[in-house]
Order: sequence, then C-alpha cells, then structure tokens
Amino acid sequence: MPRTPSESTMTRGTMLQGTGVLMGTLAASSVLASLAPSRTWALPLHALSQAEGETILQFGRVLYPHKALPTAVYALLVKDLDAEAVRDAGVAALLREGSASLDAASGGKFVSASSAKRLAAVKHIEGTPYFSKVRSTCITSLYNNEMAFAHFGYQGPSWPKGGYLHRGFDDLTWLPKPPASASPPAAG
Amino acid sequence: MTRFDLDDDSVVVIVGSGAGGGTLANELTQKGLKVVLLEAGKQQSTAAFVNDEWASFSQLAWLDKRTTSGSWQVAKDFPNLPAWVCKTVGGTTTHWAGASLRFQEHEFRARSTYGDVQGANLLDWPLTLAEMEPFYARAESKMGVTRTNGIPGLPGNNNFKVMYAGAQKLGYKECHTGRIAINSRPRDGRPSCLQLGFCFQGCKSGAKWSTLYTEIPKAEATGRLDLRPESHVLSIEHNGAGKITGVVYADAGGAHQRQKARVVAVAGNSIETPRLLLNSASSTFPDGLANSSGMVGRHYMRHMTGSVYAIFEKPVHMYRGTTMAGIVMDEARFEPSRGFAGGYEMETISLGLPFFAAFLKPGAWGADFTHFMDNYTQIAGMWLVGEDMPRDTNRVTLNADVKDQYGLPVANVHYDDHPNDIAMRGHAFAQGERLYRAVGATKTMRTPPYPSTHNLGTCRMSDDPKLGVVNKHGQTHDIANLFISDGSQFTTSAAENPTMTIVTLAIRQSQYIAEAISKQEV
Repeated sequence: MPRTPSESTMTRGTMLQGTGVLMGTLAASSVLASLAPSRTWALPLHALSQAEGETILQFGRVLYPHKALPTAVYALLVKDLDAEAVRDAGVAALLREGSASLDAASGGKFVSASSAKRLAAVKHIEGTPYFSKVRSTCITSLYNNEMAFAHFGYQGPSWPKGGYLHRGFDDLTWLPKPPASASPPAAG
Repeated sequence: MTRFDLDDDSVVVIVGSGAGGGTLANELTQKGLKVVLLEAGKQQSTAAFVNDEWASFSQLAWLDKRTTSGSWQVAKDFPNLPAWVCKTVGGTTTHWAGASLRFQEHEFRARSTYGDVQGANLLDWPLTLAEMEPFYARAESKMGVTRTNGIPGLPGNNNFKVMYAGAQKLGYKECHTGRIAINSRPRDGRPSCLQLGFCFQGCKSGAKWSTLYTEIPKAEATGRLDLRPESHVLSIEHNGAGKITGVVYADAGGAHQRQKARVVAVAGNSIETPRLLLNSASSTFPDGLANSSGMVGRHYMRHMTGSVYAIFEKPVHMYRGTTMAGIVMDEARFEPSRGFAGGYEMETISLGLPFFAAFLKPGAWGADFTHFMDNYTQIAGMWLVGEDMPRDTNRVTLNADVKDQYGLPVANVHYDDHPNDIAMRGHAFAQGERLYRAVGATKTMRTPPYPSTHNLGTCRMSDDPKLGVVNKHGQTHDIANLFISDGSQFTTSAAENPTMTIVTLAIRQSQYIAEAISKQEV
C-alpha cells in the first residue's frame, strides 16, 4: 500500500535506537509539507550504519535523479532496504559490501565525491547483485508512496472520490474535441 | 449454497472460473446440468478490490512460480513472471480492460490468407466467421459490449482525445472509443462506468463485465453450481478404457480431494491448461492427456505487443478513466506490403505511477528514465497488439527442476519472436510514435512487452487429430469426455483481444456438451 509519512517509521521520536539515523527537513514550499506530520523527519536505522544509509540514499539519487524530489522520498529506499537487512543477514552483508564497493569505485567517500565521480562509480558497479538490489528496490520505494504521488501529480485511489466522471477524465482542452460518433457523451 | 458429493459422477467439472470456465459454468447450469467449478484462487468482490496497483497485483495475480526461456524480452525482464494473469474467482476477467472485438473473417483462415510463412506453423481454424457470428452476437449481448445491441459507446477520456487527434493527422479512418464490455448505461443489474481508472485492478463499480459477478452468481442462482475457490487441480484421472473419471485437487488446507465427473472441461489459461494435461501423464497416456499428437503445450502465442508513451507540453492525466479508452483499427487489416502478415490494433493504455515506473522500461535508470517520470501528468500511452505467428517450438513444458507448492513441476514458457512478429512490432512502434508526434509529442518511449496477458494456442484446434489437440467444439481428439474451454484452443491468435472469442467458444461449446450428454455420447 502507498505509505504516508505519518504511518512510516520516519518519526519525530528522540529515543532513537539502532546504529544510525538519517534526518532531514521538507522545504516549506514543498507540496509534501502538508502531507507530513512535521516538516522535519528522522529515519532510525536498525541494521545499516549511518554511513551506509547515506551511501544508499545518494546511490538512489544517482540511479533516479529527480532534481525536485525531496530527500524524504529517497529515505524510503534506505528504510525499505534497512528493514530487509534486519530480516535477512545475506541482504545486510550485500548492502554493507556493496556500499563499500561504491566508496572504492569513487576513490574515497561516494557521498562526498563529485557528481561525475558518483555516476562513474555507479556505472562501474552496474550489473552487480548490489546494484540490482538497490535499483529494483527503488522502483517500489520511490514511486509507490503518497509523497511521490503528490510530487509527480498522480491522484491515487479514485473510488473514494467517485472516480473521474465528474473530476476531469475528459478535461483536456488543448486538442480538438472528438465528434460524438467517435466519443459519445456520458450517461445522463 | 449448492454442494455436490465428491462421488457424484454425474457432474461436469470445470477447472478455472475465468472467461472460458465461468461462462461455460453458467451456460451449462442454465441448461440443467450440474457443475462443480474448481478455482485455484480465492474469491474477491467489488468491495474487496483495491485502487492500488501493487496491492491489487498481490490480491489477484497468478504468482505461483514459473520459469521462462527463449529470446523474447519478457524472459529477460520478468524471468519468473511470463504472464500477467489472475488466480482468483473470475480469473483474468477481473483484470482485463474490456476490449471486445470479433475476429475478422480472414483471421479464421490464416494459413490460406498468409500462405506458408517460413518458421511458422499456420493453420486455418476448423471454424468460420459465419459459424461463429450467432455465438458472437450472444456473447456481445451477455457481456454488454458497447456499439452492439444499441448500447452507446463510452465517452472518451483525455488519453483518447490525444489518440483521436493523432489518428486524424495520420489519416486513420477507424478511431473511436471501441467495443468494450464496460457499461456505458446501467445494464444487467450493473451500473454505468464512473471513469475510475484501475480497470486492471478489478472494477470496483462492477461496470466492467467479469464472470465473478455476472456468470457465476447467475449459475449459482440455478441451484446447480458448486463453486469451490482455493481448489487447485493437480491431476485429471481416467479409467482403464481411457475415459476421464474425475480430478484430484488440493483444497484450501492443502488436503487432496478426488472429485468424480462425467465430463471435465479445462479452462486454466494457456499456461496452466497444458501443464495440467502434462502433469496428468499415466501409463496409458505417458506423454500427458490428449497428447497423442504431441501438440499439447506447443504453438504458445502471446500476441505481438509493445507500448508507446509520449510526453506532451500540456497535461493529459492518462490514468483518469477507462484504461482502454479508445482504439485505432486501421492497421488490423491484412496488407503484406507493410512487410508482415497479419495486423495489429492500437489501443490506449495507461498505468498508475507505481506501474509506470515498473513497466516503462524494465531495468532502466538514469536521466532519460526520470525525464518520463517527471512528466507523468503530460503523458499519453497506447498499447499495440497484433497477431503473432504460431511456432511449434514456442511451447509450455514441464520444468522438472522446479517444483510448485504441491511438489509438481512448474511450467516453463519458451518463446522466440518470429521475424514476422519483429517486423510488425517495428511498424507498430513507428506508427504509434508518428501518431503522437503529429500532435506535438516532445519525446516518445518504445516500451517493451509486459508479461503476457493474452496466452493462447497451447491445445490448438484442428479437424486433423495429428495437427491439433481439440476439434471445433474444444473436445479433445483423444478423450471424448475431456474438453478445453479457454484460449488454449486458438488455432491462430488474430489481432483481436481474445476474451470475447473465448466467451463465444464457451457458449458454443456448452450446446455441444449438453447435447453429447443427453445423447449419452459422453
């Protein structure tokens, strides 16, 4: 199910457990600010270290570079992989070693490398199990949540709102209207 | 709720409750016959359906393990998901988009019309359009197909407006909101379409025809249908004379049950149907049931498919309203000068944001991909669906190395695109891109095939028992009381979305089965 910030583990809690925590602030101007319980968010990590979490978050940004997509959405990638690492030691090891491989490929710290070096490092590890794991997780983590829906302009479930029959299913006006023979009027 | 005894050998057992099985169940019970309808999946409802692509996928899709091989791109992109079909009461009629097109006359005569296409195993159907027409008419009435029976077409959504404008620029003549089994007016106790979108996720208003809430409850109302969800058939059994005696299935708790039967009709979709026949091999039928021809599982077809998505400078919101909101039919004609036999339809398609990310270009990353995501609200999309070539090497086989939850070999689905399929796809992609560029597209994407929704041909129909598994009534050549009742029967695939033809064949078959039973022939 698409998640809202309030039901995710991105909490405002101060008693943070685990090995690291990612934090950030939604811009006041962001359409997402109204969705979140607070503009500031924090993601406690349970299996990954803070450095590994930050590496994966930046890796996600290189894979799917959306200039205006808030970091809070990319943090969902880290959250999902951290949760999997808690359940599966093999995944934890894959993420740990993979994050180290990104550092090695960028000749230092991946997160502080130039954008050109980050891209080169990602291309260097393309096709590895770590790459595939993070990339495929991005598809669900980044694009199947209510913050992403709001950001990209997808309106999500329509049934609770009565569908689009009276909410713009045919509101496009920049092209000629098809004739009734091709597109008859809706029922009463 | 009607219950028949496991030892009642007077019942017709139908395996699968989708377009073929669900329709056959209703038709037979209306004729007074007793039917046990076994469905592997759970029973959902319009209330249970969810407007959430991934959650709905978990709720409805057939996710039991399968494997793939061959050069088709689906094997690379979705190695364990060759098909996007459903495991639920109502089968894939919960998921389908409603496009309901009759075959064209020449499509029943593919071998005669297209000639001997090298590397393909074309045959003419043992049926003609003229023979099918009365049954097509009954299917259209039953399903409430728009633009038939005086039912108005559906109103076109924004995605259709883009398609229509582009079609005019290209000079296409036949573009409209299609013949669709979605109510444009209240009909048959179901409401008219609310333009929800989410046609693929189960229609929450019930405006779209599905056996789940049409054929099956009507059959239950006769008192002669025993519907058993979560009943996964493992094998079909026969006696020493080679006559079918019943089926063994795993119930919801995993316990094996043996249901006796007078007739068994298999409608498990074109992957599970041949798998069941092959998994039912015995000393009498060592190559699987009804397989003396060796044709069970062969000639697997999945239609030539692909999609074109295009970015515009202004909003479209393609996801609002019906998924298959309109069609261009001009390219469905037979015209070999285009460089391929057969034709294709162009039909609007839309995906919500989650599935757009998953299916736009599987495996892709980087700025080209995110450019499409960033422009999600300004994208129009179409699906290209055309006739693919039957090949005896494209086949469903048992994968002895991989077992399912019941310990049975899973299906391996092997497919290599025929050069004709590749030529047609190239033409269709180019025409789709031209259509959108003619009305201002700034960028277009050629999206590769999704997991197959149109699975066909693995128990093909032929008058010749050496060339086909079933006769023109879907009765197996080898075993008189064993029938195939789904798209597996298709001799060739035609350009048309197959559901209505499956329904039509089931209506026709029901007459034959009822007569054969009354005449004591089975």
